[in-house]
Amino acid sequence: MTSKFVLKLYVTGQTPRTERAIQNLRRICEQNLGSQYQLFVIDVLEQPHLAEQERILATPTLIKELPPPVRRIIGDLSDTLKVLQGLDLPVHPTGTGGTQE
Amino acid sequence: MTQNPRQPAIEKLPTGINGFDLIANGGIPAGRTTLVSGTAGSAKTVFAAQFLAEGIRKYGEPGVFVTFEEPPSDIRRNMESLGWDIPTWESEGRWAFVDASPQPGEEVLFAGNYDLGALLARIENAVRRIGAKRLSMDSLGAIFTQFADSAVVRRELFRVVSALKRMGVTAIMTGERTQEYGDIARYGVEEFVADNVIILRNALEDEKRRRTIEILKFRGTSHQKGEFPFTIMSGEGMVVIPLSAIELKQRSSDIRITSGNPELDRMCGGGFFRDSIILVSGATGTGKTLMTTEFMAGGVNRGERCLLFAFEESREQLFRNATGWGVDFEQMERDGLLRVVCEYPETAGLEDHLIDMKKLIQEFRPNRVAVDSLSALERVSTIRGFREFVISLTSFIKHQEIAGLFTATTPSLMGGESVTETHISTLTDSIILLRYVEMFGEMRRGLTVLKMRGSMHDKDIREFTIDNRGMHIGRPFRQVTGILSGNPIHIAPGEIDRMNQLFNDESEQT
Repeated sequence: MTSKFVLKLYVTGQTPRTERAIQNLRRICEQNLGSQYQLFVIDVLEQPHLAEQERILATPTLIKELPPPVRRIIGDLSDTLKVLQGLDLPVHPTGTGGTQE
Repeated sequence: MTQNPRQPAIEKLPTGINGFDLIANGGIPAGRTTLVSGTAGSAKTVFAAQFLAEGIRKYGEPGVFVTFEEPPSDIRRNMESLGWDIPTWESEGRWAFVDASPQPGEEVLFAGNYDLGALLARIENAVRRIGAKRLSMDSLGAIFTQFADSAVVRRELFRVVSALKRMGVTAIMTGERTQEYGDIARYGVEEFVADNVIILRNALEDEKRRRTIEILKFRGTSHQKGEFPFTIMSGEGMVVIPLSAIELKQRSSDIRITSGNPELDRMCGGGFFRDSIILVSGATGTGKTLMTTEFMAGGVNRGERCLLFAFEESREQLFRNATGWGVDFEQMERDGLLRVVCEYPETAGLEDHLIDMKKLIQEFRPNRVAVDSLSALERVSTIRGFREFVISLTSFIKHQEIAGLFTATTPSLMGGESVTETHISTLTDSIILLRYVEMFGEMRRGLTVLKMRGSMHDKDIREFTIDNRGMHIGRPFRQVTGILSGNPIHIAPGEIDRMNQLFNDESEQT
């Protein structure tokens, strides 16, 4: 059984920090998840009500909605180790993609 | 006036918090952020919430509450007891929460640089959505504990403050202090909201809790200085007692009213003044409650409304006493002219008593008020708190243009001064002393009018007796000196004659 990752990245506008966070996340996901993930990027300036719903304070904030448990990772995701830890992925970036349970 | 002509004067926004706007000379600086700092339990959240509640209730101004600490559900529930129906206001679009409280049980990891752009976006969104004029943030310490990097939080809060200014929102930010007298707030928050600072205190003084509020600074505009007591009341919220801000502009009239005792009226030069404060001081059992009773009865007999606050005796006791002096309090209450309120001083703090008393005076609209005794209230307060209480009460009574009679109990039977007397004698217009006088192995009672502002009065120390028709003032004591100091010394009649002769000779010569 494969479990699909659902990731939501909350950002504030098109800033260098936003770009950096998206790039970092894409890289980590491609290296570790292949195509087994869905990523939604939400700009809180355009959709503040979604930030309200999720009670986001800091940007960028990545929420791993699936698989459980739900987890929040705050920052531009430049700390790859922390991101992998937060996504419950093995900390060897050269690994096999590790989506199987 | 002394404003820099190039800089427009800073406008004030009335908070609507009872009494606060008086000490703030009109309110807090409009369109700015004011830091409200205090220790744990100093009522910061109440201040923050009331600022919005009064805006909605009194000025029709919607408000946003940004909570960093308690979840909105807790705030809704806690404020309900103060009489504020937040859920209704939310549904009417007049109150909006921005929930920035920590989420329990959710793991958060930090992986790189961040800002609080989402918080700012949510605040701006909430302000626009309901057209908020007011905003409260409570409390800053809690957001510093959510994010490890204090420098980032400070920078981001500064952005929030700037954004609020741009949007013309008047804001309150609460911050923690670790001690009552020390740094303004933790985490260096005063660095970005340094212009306007209010301090709330909940200090322990003589084993009694005393809440005070102090405006430390308002940049570019004026305010009253120093600490002012306040209290929190259910159904009202915070009530500030503005002492020095009370204007001493009472009109004093020369209308006389009866003391309830014709002879005492004569001693006072025709009665008490209508809007004056009379202090009756004496040891226990000298007749203070009797004078209070006659003062009330004297008013009722002329169709005046009278209000008696009794802090020493029970209702039954008071009514029985009155009956013993030929006064029917029960009938007077039935006629609606008298109201007797009996309370134990210990049931509430002095600030709460004051507010209750003011409320009753406003409701009942009496022509005269008596408090028996002030000394009983002194027990539940610090000396400073007590003095503030008396200033506030006397000033309030005078504003209503009614007469007030207070009693004070002296600690020793034979005389001397009471603490009450020492601290309030300058605030009263008239002082009447009641004393025991020992005469040849017998206790008698003496009375004198020590002070009668703006009027001639009898300077004799007169003997009085008490029977079932009340107080009877008789002749002056002629053979005793030192009554007031509590050391009566008898003088031989010959000596008195000689002294009198001495003065008579002189006056007859002129």
